[in-house]
Amino acid sequence: MAHQSNYKPNSGFEKWMDERLPIIRLGYDSFVDFPSPKNLNYWWTFGAILAIFLVIQIVTGIVLAMSYTPHVDLAFNSVEHIRRDVNWGRYIQAAHANGASFFFFAVYVHIFRGLYYGSYKAPREVLWILGVTIFLLMMATAFMGYVLPWGQMSFWAATVITNFFSAIPVVGDTIKTLLVGGFAVDNPTLNRFFSLHYLLPFMIAGVVGLHIWALHVPGNNNPTGVEVKSKADTVPFHPYLTMKDLFAVMVIMIPFAWFVFFAPDILGHPDNYIPANPLVTPPHIVPEWYFLPFYAILRAIDFNVGPIDSKLGGVIMMFGSIVVWFFVPWLDRSKVRSGAFRPMFKWFYWVWVISFIGLTYLGAQPAEGVYLFFAKLCTAYYFLYFLVILPFLPRVEVTKPLPASISESVLSKSASQAAE
Amino acid sequence: MATQSKSEPNRRDFLYFATGAVGAVGAAAVAWPLVDQMNPDASTLALASIELDLSSIEVGQSVTVKWRGKPVFVRRRTASEIEEAKAVPLEDLKDPQSDAERVKEGHEEWLVMIGVCTHLGCIPVGEAGDYKGWFCPCHGSHYDTAGRIRKGPAPENLIVPDYAFLSDTLIKIG
Repeated sequence: MAHQSNYKPNSGFEKWMDERLPIIRLGYDSFVDFPSPKNLNYWWTFGAILAIFLVIQIVTGIVLAMSYTPHVDLAFNSVEHIRRDVNWGRYIQAAHANGASFFFFAVYVHIFRGLYYGSYKAPREVLWILGVTIFLLMMATAFMGYVLPWGQMSFWAATVITNFFSAIPVVGDTIKTLLVGGFAVDNPTLNRFFSLHYLLPFMIAGVVGLHIWALHVPGNNNPTGVEVKSKADTVPFHPYLTMKDLFAVMVIMIPFAWFVFFAPDILGHPDNYIPANPLVTPPHIVPEWYFLPFYAILRAIDFNVGPIDSKLGGVIMMFGSIVVWFFVPWLDRSKVRSGAFRPMFKWFYWVWVISFIGLTYLGAQPAEGVYLFFAKLCTAYYFLYFLVILPFLPRVEVTKPLPASISESVLSKSASQAAE
Repeated sequence: MATQSKSEPNRRDFLYFATGAVGAVGAAAVAWPLVDQMNPDASTLALASIELDLSSIEVGQSVTVKWRGKPVFVRRRTASEIEEAKAVPLEDLKDPQSDAERVKEGHEEWLVMIGVCTHLGCIPVGEAGDYKGWFCPCHGSHYDTAGRIRKGPAPENLIVPDYAFLSDTLIKIG
């Protein structure tokens, strides 16, 4: 890790271990002594919340796999079997299904926090890129997990999403057949999705390890965006941030418990409680809520552009809406990191958040009329924000003066509060 | 190092390259079966063709049969549907095909198509949509009475599979 190690082995065993595998030192430096900016607000607790939800998903998932059967004739009933017969199964299944929603809610807050406070800017580009990679892995994992209960929405989601690949010119159909393992989504598809759904969370855990490593080299960004300059700007991670994170985790567990115990199916789609039927498409296909913004972008492209037909165009825009995140560290030209000191940026940022939420709403509506118009409008702004506003806004924006240091910012705030 | 790299490659360099090349080819050769096992297996490929007796299908009736895991629509069209399909000028079509190209000669009333929307693979609903043919509920593609795309995001007409009339009332799909 980047900061000076202050670990002092106390016992004989610790000394012995430190000379062979300094893992206690690594843990101490990373999660106990790690110097963190003292002005981190509650938006910074979502990293820990995400870590907890990754653990919840992996633990409940491993347990569910003990009673689940990945076969087209048995999968649907095996999930019902878990919910009705397996000891505690209804809570474990509900925790896993709703845990995915909380995981995505937390990751959106985490990403939006990064976008507001400029956490992606140098020297944290690799940290940001690893984060976007985790998000893509999460999407793949969640999609394949949603297929496993083999209800109507599971089946048709698998059909629609694997068909994205058939939009690729020349090799598209070959790739689609390879993914699906047949002429249509069927038992081979379900089997491989189960295998990959089990694998990907461990890949996520691996990239999370790199993400934390890349965080600990430059250290945390903070609400002022001013780098840590002296020890006075920091507090040790433990107990200050371990306890703050723990508090935030407990607060989010309250709504989580409500969903798991009192409304386990409220986020589910009624059609997914009908066993998959390859011959009947549900009248209105909608993905899980956390994919709706991207689904809305996909459907907003209903026109051909030169040689690119509407199908390929929609798929390009949908994937492009996430790929563009990889380039944000270089698209944003502002020298001021935090949005708190950028009076014009703030407005564009919040309009972007509103358009993202708007796309979430529009993705659940039929793709026609006024809904389609607004979906196109929000999609246009989504890309405008990244490709035009972030690069060119700094040319006209006058930023507010930055505090000399984190401590100065904290002290001036408490001084003004004392004066009131 | 810099001076060494300028010298002529010697026997040892050759051995390094040869070993590396054999290793790379070997790794690729092992990787291929691991990828190719995901392609359709023998049991999936064995479901290649089916036969269907048409004698019990009335005019204006459609049946759906399963072929290679996908639905196939077989519709005995009414005279007005055929007329409607023939009357459409080709320049109005996104994927231009005449009605005659969609059916077998001498069997104009029979329309046989894979019932999978060419957009993203949903199953269109019959006798629905703006053109009274098929309508895909997923993303709003409208097909006419010859299964041709008329409106919406789908790029192509509903696909006509390989099939043949074995007799006037028996077809073989695939």
